[in-house]
Amino acid sequence: MAVTVVSLSACENARTDTLIQSSQIQDDALPEPLIDIEGEAKEGEQIFDSRDAGHCVLCHQINGLDVEFQGDVGPELTGVGARLTPGQIRLRIVDYQRVQPGVTMPSYYRIHDLNQVGEEFEGQPVLTAEQIEHLVAFLSDQKG
Amino acid sequence: MIRLAACLLILLTSCSPTADVTLPDDAIATKDLQSGSAFLTEETRALQEDDFENPGLLWVERGADLFVDTSASSKSCADCHDEQLKGVAASYPQLDELSAELVNLEKRINLCRARHQDLPELTYESDDLLALTAYVANQSHGAPITVAVTEETRASYEAGEAYFYTPRGQFNLACNQCHNENWGKKLRGDTISQGHGNGFPAYRYEWQSFGSLHRRLHDCDTGVRAEPFTLGSQTYIDLEYYLAVRANGLPVESPAIRR
Repeated sequence: MAVTVVSLSACENARTDTLIQSSQIQDDALPEPLIDIEGEAKEGEQIFDSRDAGHCVLCHQINGLDVEFQGDVGPELTGVGARLTPGQIRLRIVDYQRVQPGVTMPSYYRIHDLNQVGEEFEGQPVLTAEQIEHLVAFLSDQKG
Repeated sequence: MIRLAACLLILLTSCSPTADVTLPDDAIATKDLQSGSAFLTEETRALQEDDFENPGLLWVERGADLFVDTSASSKSCADCHDEQLKGVAASYPQLDELSAELVNLEKRINLCRARHQDLPELTYESDDLLALTAYVANQSHGAPITVAVTEETRASYEAGEAYFYTPRGQFNLACNQCHNENWGKKLRGDTISQGHGNGFPAYRYEWQSFGSLHRRLHDCDTGVRAEPFTLGSQTYIDLEYYLAVRANGLPVESPAIRR
């Protein structure tokens, strides 16, 4: 019945260095890829589904996906590629809070202005630039 | 340590609400309050209500034994408290007049041990402390939570409220974003509850054992990838207090069963 009790070691880790610059954002989009790779939709699907990666299905649903139980906290993403540009999708994953303060969607490529981040996650984004490019490719492919 | 305390103070006061205990805009209306058991399956709810099958009752029984135990002290709990604990848990956390500190049931039990029984503190989350807490809580089973905010406890309430509304962790999520704004929605197969503590200490399937509300809070913090606080810390007691006021009117359900 032992429980790991971790004492508080970092109560405020408000880093100000940002992974993307405001100048990269155009309206509600981040048009340029984060790194110079061709995102692969198949990889992206894996990241979308997997508990160890993005686990986007925790909150989002895409019709026809081979996943048991998809969440509905966030908007449904069936056909999202027909509604949003790759750049809009990218910013929504990277750091939507930049243009929509208070939005529930977590920022998956951000290390700045966070509070009480767990020691093992400090200074790291949730996903890598490469993973996000794969996700953008997968979601852009969802034409409905 | 001092720096840490100062830092903590800043964190907790940086978005304090106004002095009045007015409910925030996104607060759940009293008529819409629902215990965590409302989000369980029919089978789990039936198990919780079964006086023989609910696994949490093992801790209640152990607590009943400890309550009358005199093997380590000349006085047992029962020597002072006879039937007087009915309904008491429903008003916790509350102020300890002697120390002027806000205490939860676990802390009250440990204060009693030190002041009246000359016994050492029980470790937070130990089976014995869980058992005694569950035994005391169970005597208020069904009683509506009635926790007041007074001038002396207002700062704790505000600290708890600030914690509830402060985004934290790598996912930068605050408690209210799930438990006020999105309760009833699905995280894969699980329904998000309103985040009330009225069932704790509780038997939780994910733990395969019995645990405190603070252990549950610890899990929420690690879930958003935040550095959790220590179980029994004042930060979690303040949050427990805020949650209790927020849940006023819901029945005490410990020992509940939760996912």
